[in-house]
Amino acid sequence: MARPIIDIRNLSVGFTGRAGRTLPVLRNVDLRVCRGESIGIVGESGSGKSTLALASMGFLKQGLRVIEGSVCFNGEDMFARKLNQLEAIRGGQLGLIPQNSGQSLTPTMRIGAQMAEALELHCTLEKDAYRDRTIKLLSQVRLPDPEAIITRFPHELSGGQQQRVAIAMALAGEPDALLLDEPTTGLDVTTQAHILELLQDLARDRNMAMIYVSHDLGVIARACERVMVMYAGEAVLQGPTAEVLKDPAHPYARALLASIPRLCDPHLPVALDGRPPPPGGSGPGCAFAPRCALADDQCRAARPELLDAGGGSQARCLRHAQSHELTAGGAGSDPLHHRPDGAPALVLDDLSISYAAPGLLDRLFGGGGMGVPTVDDITITIASGETLGLVGESGSGKSTILKAVAGLLPPSGGTIGVGDGNALPEMVEQRRPQQLRRIQMIFQNPDDSLNPRHTVAEILAQPLRLYDGLSGKALTDRSVEILETVRLGAHYMDRLPGQLSGGEKQRVAIARAFAAEPEIVLCDEITSALDVSVQAAMLELLNEFKKMKDTTYVFVSHDLAVVRALSDRVAVLYQGRLCEIGPTEKVYGQQSHPYTSVLLNAVLEPDPDAAPNLMAEDVVELSPPARGCPFQRRCTRKQGSICENETPPWRETGGGHAIRCHIPLEEL
Amino acid sequence: MSDAAAQKQKRPALGQFGTVLWDVASRPSGAIGLALVLGHIILALISPWLVSYDFRSMDSSLILEGPSAEHWLGSDHLGRDILSRVLQGGRVALLVTGIATPIALLWGGVTGVLLGLIGGRADEVAMRIVDAFLSIPGVLPLLVLVTIFGTGNEVMIPTLAFFYGIPVIRVIRAATHDVVARDFVLAARARGHSRLSIVWRELLPNVRDAMMVEGAMRWSWMLLAFSSLSFLGFGVSPPTPDWGLMISDARAYMPLAPWGVLAPVIALSSLIIGINLTADALAKAMGIDRARKAVV
Repeated sequence: MARPIIDIRNLSVGFTGRAGRTLPVLRNVDLRVCRGESIGIVGESGSGKSTLALASMGFLKQGLRVIEGSVCFNGEDMFARKLNQLEAIRGGQLGLIPQNSGQSLTPTMRIGAQMAEALELHCTLEKDAYRDRTIKLLSQVRLPDPEAIITRFPHELSGGQQQRVAIAMALAGEPDALLLDEPTTGLDVTTQAHILELLQDLARDRNMAMIYVSHDLGVIARACERVMVMYAGEAVLQGPTAEVLKDPAHPYARALLASIPRLCDPHLPVALDGRPPPPGGSGPGCAFAPRCALADDQCRAARPELLDAGGGSQARCLRHAQSHELTAGGAGSDPLHHRPDGAPALVLDDLSISYAAPGLLDRLFGGGGMGVPTVDDITITIASGETLGLVGESGSGKSTILKAVAGLLPPSGGTIGVGDGNALPEMVEQRRPQQLRRIQMIFQNPDDSLNPRHTVAEILAQPLRLYDGLSGKALTDRSVEILETVRLGAHYMDRLPGQLSGGEKQRVAIARAFAAEPEIVLCDEITSALDVSVQAAMLELLNEFKKMKDTTYVFVSHDLAVVRALSDRVAVLYQGRLCEIGPTEKVYGQQSHPYTSVLLNAVLEPDPDAAPNLMAEDVVELSPPARGCPFQRRCTRKQGSICENETPPWRETGGGHAIRCHIPLEEL
Repeated sequence: MSDAAAQKQKRPALGQFGTVLWDVASRPSGAIGLALVLGHIILALISPWLVSYDFRSMDSSLILEGPSAEHWLGSDHLGRDILSRVLQGGRVALLVTGIATPIALLWGGVTGVLLGLIGGRADEVAMRIVDAFLSIPGVLPLLVLVTIFGTGNEVMIPTLAFFYGIPVIRVIRAATHDVVARDFVLAARARGHSRLSIVWRELLPNVRDAMMVEGAMRWSWMLLAFSSLSFLGFGVSPPTPDWGLMISDARAYMPLAPWGVLAPVIALSSLIIGINLTADALAKAMGIDRARKAVV
């Protein structure tokens, strides 16, 4: 085996807790990466994966220190080096691509100037040569028209383009190894697949070592040869990607796999109960034992070593041989499905929305998009008890529609009606309390949607006081009752959101929405800020509420697999216009709109054999075209001028499935 | 459960304010700061019963005497007891700034919240006016007003409160902007709460942190400004003792009687250092409180 370029041996990293104890964040981790190799580090938040990745750069977050072990880069001990020597390596031989590169670019500097800064630090070129080099780097990351890009500011680029610039900057120092911290999290499915393809090609061409850190097993499956699964600061399973993702030899890895919703699986994913131990909180035995179905006294007695589990993988589990019997997907409970023939609960009739004030899109891309409405021609009837999934890339108007339904944005045309057939007043301020309580909304990020200064009791009291006029003991009793329906106990009442985990916060947010006894619940990407294992639990919870209360959901997500797991019907949006709508199995089936095919083919599944099929470019469109099909500019099956000039007709395939395209049904 | 949460549960129920105060007191800087500030306040309250000399009484036999058993901090150029004067000076300084600070916070805070909520053109114009005020060196407008209206407490308090409320506007407006943009405000709107209830329940609890830290900072600046005015001869009028005035008077005799300068300087700086340390610890306590997350 070649000499590893990154060589981490027996690394333990920790901090000093309040009681003066040393609490480990990483425990005895070994990692070796050679040139040309790509390794994925997966785990939930708090598993130590980012700490490990940063440690391989010789960097530790404030308060952390090395307890034992060493980190070598190219044979040199990183923690023994002085800071200025480290700086020569960081960003030069060892590049880092951070999670949110939009935020890591300086907003007030043009791309060209930022690139020049990176070049100045890490290459020996003359100043006059910077421009050429920058353009070369930008074209290597497949940015169209690099000459124009260098004169732009970061906010003028899309998320995917920003990510490409960050990659180009990391390449400026001709690195031997790249660290990628969640490189595609927060990007659209199509963009995500394109970026990963680019990274793989770059790694191959330059013979770089790559370390991917991600919570997304789909990304790892696509990009890595080897995987290391982390749990509570330990490597619990490592081995070849195919082996680890197909038949993992560790109960935790199997549970993690089972918690991921799949496109091909109509079941709900299986939630992983419990939560990982805090640093220093695991007992003498296996850290996963408290949540493990196979754990026995031997597991709890002493910490297991990494054992050979066959197929080139090692598992930190005494029972790895038995673990193969545990489920790793496809065994979740069935979601409750309703036929969309019940009484209508929510009727969107020819709804269109324009941003009068400069909206997010205008602010992002400059210029006003006043001419063409952001969202247009949305006619959907949602039956009582039905779950409608809204999917599309960012900027497709999914959240905008939810906000209009909630009365937070005025529609510019059309009406929003509820079950009794009456149209709702446009803005929330004009709606009557009985209309308000019917529609509740759950937001994407509970960190943002729960007031950090309110205790759980106060948070739940808000709707109860407002709609039911409860107070005193009745209020407390009802709050506790609601908390229990989301599987949190009365002891949570006095906690502040800051003292809860991400999953618990979202449970509180869900509880708050259901406290109003709503008929319609609007879910705006409610699982995308959560770990996969927690996401599965949220989906189960929503399904339970549906069983108990027959709630109607409008479920917005960019994750097609999540939508598949929960929805009865799916509507696909592009540029604020409907492309396709129909029962879930039909939309995800054979006949579909060209845009739906693009989306479905770009999904990264945690299956090493499934390669995404990139059909269309991930160009970002600033505004929808004034005429014709909204998807005309990216469509791979464009029919010619008819697509540019005429709005495509709805083509019904039966069973309530309709596709809006000029291509005849037989050919779709 | 996380370490911090576990520890929090063991503590008696103090309420949110109590928890923050506890956090402040448990940091070294906070403990020292709080001790200094509380010490000053207590001394100011009980000083009439502590000192055995009238701060006005002059004794020609005692001119510029050094510290002695009778006069612990010595006496000044008019033969007055320095300890009595330092203690009395503290009473005046704390009284004036102690009233002016809450007024400054109140008017600055209310204006800031309103501007943050209204936004748009009015906000723009108001903020440019604030900028204009902030660009004037602090003591100058104070000097002008005091020269016109005199130096009584009834002039000093509103003047200080007005000028030190202006930077508060800026800070509180920014804090309001941050909070208003967050989803919990949108969530409250979507539920249909009234505007007043959103401001009261959702906004104010989140602006309160900034307000408390800002208050502490303004207080220390105000003390300094108050003493500076007296030092320049525009503050309280003699024979009422004031630290700034005492420093100014005793400056001329510094080679002969350094204690005359040192005593008020130490008193003033210990109070200001105390306030600043407390403010620092307060900011940290609340900053950490805000960012404190349970380990997932």
